[in-house]
Amino acid sequence: MSNISLKIDGKGVKATEGMTVLDAARNANIYIPTVCHHEKLEPFGGCRLCVVDVTVGGRTNMVAACVHPVQEAIEVTTRSEQIDDIRKMLTEQLLAYAPESEVLQEIAEEYGADKDRFQKEPSFCILCGLCVRYCDEVKQLNAVGFVDRGPSREISFVPKLAQEKCWDCMECFPLCPTSALQAAFILTRSLTSSPSKPEVDFGKLAEMKVAPEGHQHNNVIEERK
Amino acid sequence: MTNSPAELEQLRQDILSKRDSDKPHISVCAGASCLASGAGKVIEALETEIEQQGLEGVTVKGTGCPGFCECGPIVVVDPEDVCYLQVTPEDISDVVSQTVSKNEIVDRLLYVDASDGDKKIVHAEDIPFYKNQERNIIGNNIKIDPKSIEDYLALGGYSALTKVLFDMTPKEVVGEVLKSGLRGRGGGGFPTGIKWDAALNAESDTKYVVVNADEGDPGAFMDRAVLEGNPHSILEGLMIGAYAIGANEGYFYVRQEYPLALENVALAVKQAEEYNFLGEDILGSGFNFKINIHMGAGAFVCGEETALLLSLEGKPGEPKSRPPYPATKGLWGKPTNINNVETWANVPLIINQGADWYTQFGTEGSKGTKIFSLVGKIKNTGLVEVPMGVTLRDIIYKIGDGIPDGKKFKAVQTGGPAGGCIPEEQLDTVVDFDELIKAGAIMGSGGIIVMDEDTCMVDVAKYFLGFLAEESCGKCNPCREGIKQMHNILTNISEGRGKEGDIELLEGLAMSTGGGSLCALGKTAPNPVMSTLRYFREEYEEHIKDKKCSSYTCEELVSYYIDPEKCEACLICMKKCTAQSIIGAKHKIHVVDQDICTKCGSCYEVCPDNFDAVLRFTGETVPESIPVDMRTIDRKKKKADKTRALASAGQGA
Amino acid sequence: MDIKKVEKIINDHDSEASSLIQIMLDIQKELHWLPPEAMDLVAEKLQVPMARIQHTATFYKAFSLVPKGRHEINLCVGTACHVRGATRVLEVLQNTTGLEPGETDPEMKFSLDTVNCLGCCALGPVMEIDEQHLGRLDTGSAVDLLKNYD
Repeated sequence: MSNISLKIDGKGVKATEGMTVLDAARNANIYIPTVCHHEKLEPFGGCRLCVVDVTVGGRTNMVAACVHPVQEAIEVTTRSEQIDDIRKMLTEQLLAYAPESEVLQEIAEEYGADKDRFQKEPSFCILCGLCVRYCDEVKQLNAVGFVDRGPSREISFVPKLAQEKCWDCMECFPLCPTSALQAAFILTRSLTSSPSKPEVDFGKLAEMKVAPEGHQHNNVIEERK
Repeated sequence: MTNSPAELEQLRQDILSKRDSDKPHISVCAGASCLASGAGKVIEALETEIEQQGLEGVTVKGTGCPGFCECGPIVVVDPEDVCYLQVTPEDISDVVSQTVSKNEIVDRLLYVDASDGDKKIVHAEDIPFYKNQERNIIGNNIKIDPKSIEDYLALGGYSALTKVLFDMTPKEVVGEVLKSGLRGRGGGGFPTGIKWDAALNAESDTKYVVVNADEGDPGAFMDRAVLEGNPHSILEGLMIGAYAIGANEGYFYVRQEYPLALENVALAVKQAEEYNFLGEDILGSGFNFKINIHMGAGAFVCGEETALLLSLEGKPGEPKSRPPYPATKGLWGKPTNINNVETWANVPLIINQGADWYTQFGTEGSKGTKIFSLVGKIKNTGLVEVPMGVTLRDIIYKIGDGIPDGKKFKAVQTGGPAGGCIPEEQLDTVVDFDELIKAGAIMGSGGIIVMDEDTCMVDVAKYFLGFLAEESCGKCNPCREGIKQMHNILTNISEGRGKEGDIELLEGLAMSTGGGSLCALGKTAPNPVMSTLRYFREEYEEHIKDKKCSSYTCEELVSYYIDPEKCEACLICMKKCTAQSIIGAKHKIHVVDQDICTKCGSCYEVCPDNFDAVLRFTGETVPESIPVDMRTIDRKKKKADKTRALASAGQGA
Repeated sequence: MDIKKVEKIINDHDSEASSLIQIMLDIQKELHWLPPEAMDLVAEKLQVPMARIQHTATFYKAFSLVPKGRHEINLCVGTACHVRGATRVLEVLQNTTGLEPGETDPEMKFSLDTVNCLGCCALGPVMEIDEQHLGRLDTGSAVDLLKNYD
């Protein structure tokens, strides 16, 4: 693994080939906000909150830090007026769906995002994909997936699998930054009758809202305390 | 069947010797548009008539699209090279008895040059539409029956492939393409040679080449014409590229909305296999190559290369972030070179004629020719091929012959949904990748949409964003949500709910969507909004502040009012009204009930020209309807008033 | 629904997972929709997760998860056609058939949908019915043409 030297916010940082800019930043204790990132999962590059400017050879491009590979001699800028404005707008777009989400509120506070910028939406799924990707990559079950495209995109349980497997698993539930996943599951359960399964324990579900280890958001809260 | 270059040449000579260029030979465009206009029946009529007349040795064939779509069906009679336009089956007996049998011209079927005293033009190359083009690629279409490999061979087909396989190394081929300065014709404009070089240098036993025939830009159909009309030219280009980078397998990804293109490509592949231009040990060179054909399934985003490759893998087309680029890690993780149809079509040309020949066309930064689809509010709709460096003004006025119906030019949109609108003041912008970007648009795949005074630029931006919202894959937040919010704002503005701060919010969203998006769809989505704001900001402000749409396009902002002085109570508008909102009777002046009116504009369209009684209002209050008791038309009084008015006008004169 | 037709289509593509979209296109063409039983069979034979099939079937516009009518009307709403008045033509088609794009009437006669460019821009506005292109439409002719279908 060859060593790579790059600069992040003017600071010299060492990394190894195969790392992403986000990996390198975290190693150097430089904070970049993320929503759809998770240590156990392949980087997704969906929420785009982690956008940074990367300059190489005199050209600057805006990229998602979680997926962009480190390269020799690149210069990364994690904060600027433009980057901050973009993160603010991106957060506001998501807040329209889930204004109460702690993950989003934390970022909103830092960037001055207004939860009322855009009209509220009835669904509170922000399509971060954590549930879908967890069930695919870790459980290799694919009980929940995406359907449709564009603004019509949603998560959808595969009814048969949800009925048979999900109640005994529910490992993806704590990953959800809003409570959309739980709501989607309850809806699916109500549509697939299963007399042998117990009724939904809302108390148990409520406890599962805490973000698990591996989610940097949680680490930051701990550090700042 | 052809196992060596010598055998290929022998075959070519055999084909040519069997063709008697003195015998009459008729070509009829059989592209999808002309077929929809009845070209199939024209071909049938020709074949029947020729048989009935007992004319020996006269051949008829359906060919590829020559691009003059406005005037199809098109018939060319050789050897005299007579070009007939808008031909119907009823014209055929004259065409055969006069032109084919006696070399006499059927005047009424010729092109009429209105700018030159209505002069009639016999040869296609003299028609202004064709004369001002440089038809290096599309010029071959009228000479080829796409279902016949022999036509392609007769024109020298597969000689470039032979040259490459036997006289050039892969590195030399890449070098020639680099030297030519060819840039991608699909919209990216990336130097093709650099892409090929990266794929050549990638280390892998397995590599792929792909033809991107998704052609998703609405209004663009250049690739369609080339693929339908000259499929072998793309096969040849693809194989040259495969040899250059070291690939032995290739894919065609053709949009499923093009069934004729799919049919002709599949047939070409089958024929190429029969003639040993595909398969093992091609022409005895030791080079192996096979082709697979995949259909698209209705997703514009699959024109983006990473999404296309995922689609080939049988998955939803959600673009991937780059790096890694397909040249190093593409289809199934292997080095892949993917190019647009027109890019591939340029390759045999560059190899046959050489990069030095190629670079004589075009500008410093944009070499060669480009095929554009010239559509919208333009007299000569069709496909035009010009060298890079020609002005938009020349394309629109010299080739397109300007705006129909006496309307005024307003803007021209280039580059599809990723592009921008260019106004009158900028019409001397030349077609060049970099110049168009400076003007706030892009070259894109080549769609040129002409707009006139009846087009609303807010509506245009709204239309494009609505399109992109539907086509966004939905994976990333900036694109999925940003486009939706921009579209919402534009919809509000066009429906009279625009407010202070909307333009600033649009600009902010443009920045976050353009900067944060994962792929080119999202990154370029703000372009239609930003370019129309740049040149037509006052239209936005009018919509927002005055609730006014000067082109009367935004229905909610337009009101229809029947002028009581002009209405003759003919009942026509009442019958056509889709909402039954017009009150009136035979002698009662018609009145639009503004509360029920859905503003469809039908009454405006159908009111007879000599009455012209329906008025459109926008940005101002509609006059009150005249009282019910005043609506009876007194025809005698009206006639008397009119006579008196005419008389006094005569006295004043 | 004839499951044997679906089996044949899958076999013709060698049950290849990468041919999922081509297989689904062939099934759509043959049956005019993607019945759930067909999708179950595809998932089983190709060994692909149902979630991926769900996503693919809803991602691409060519697919329909509900049966289509005898005559599928596809009106082009590409830019060239839009500029020439396709919106008004769509309005009258909607009024005449009583359908919104994506819907099929209860008698299964017409399905109405929009398509983002057929590539016949010179003939705009254009619609395609039963794979036949009908061009140079206006609000009147579009409605008249519908009378030719039963």
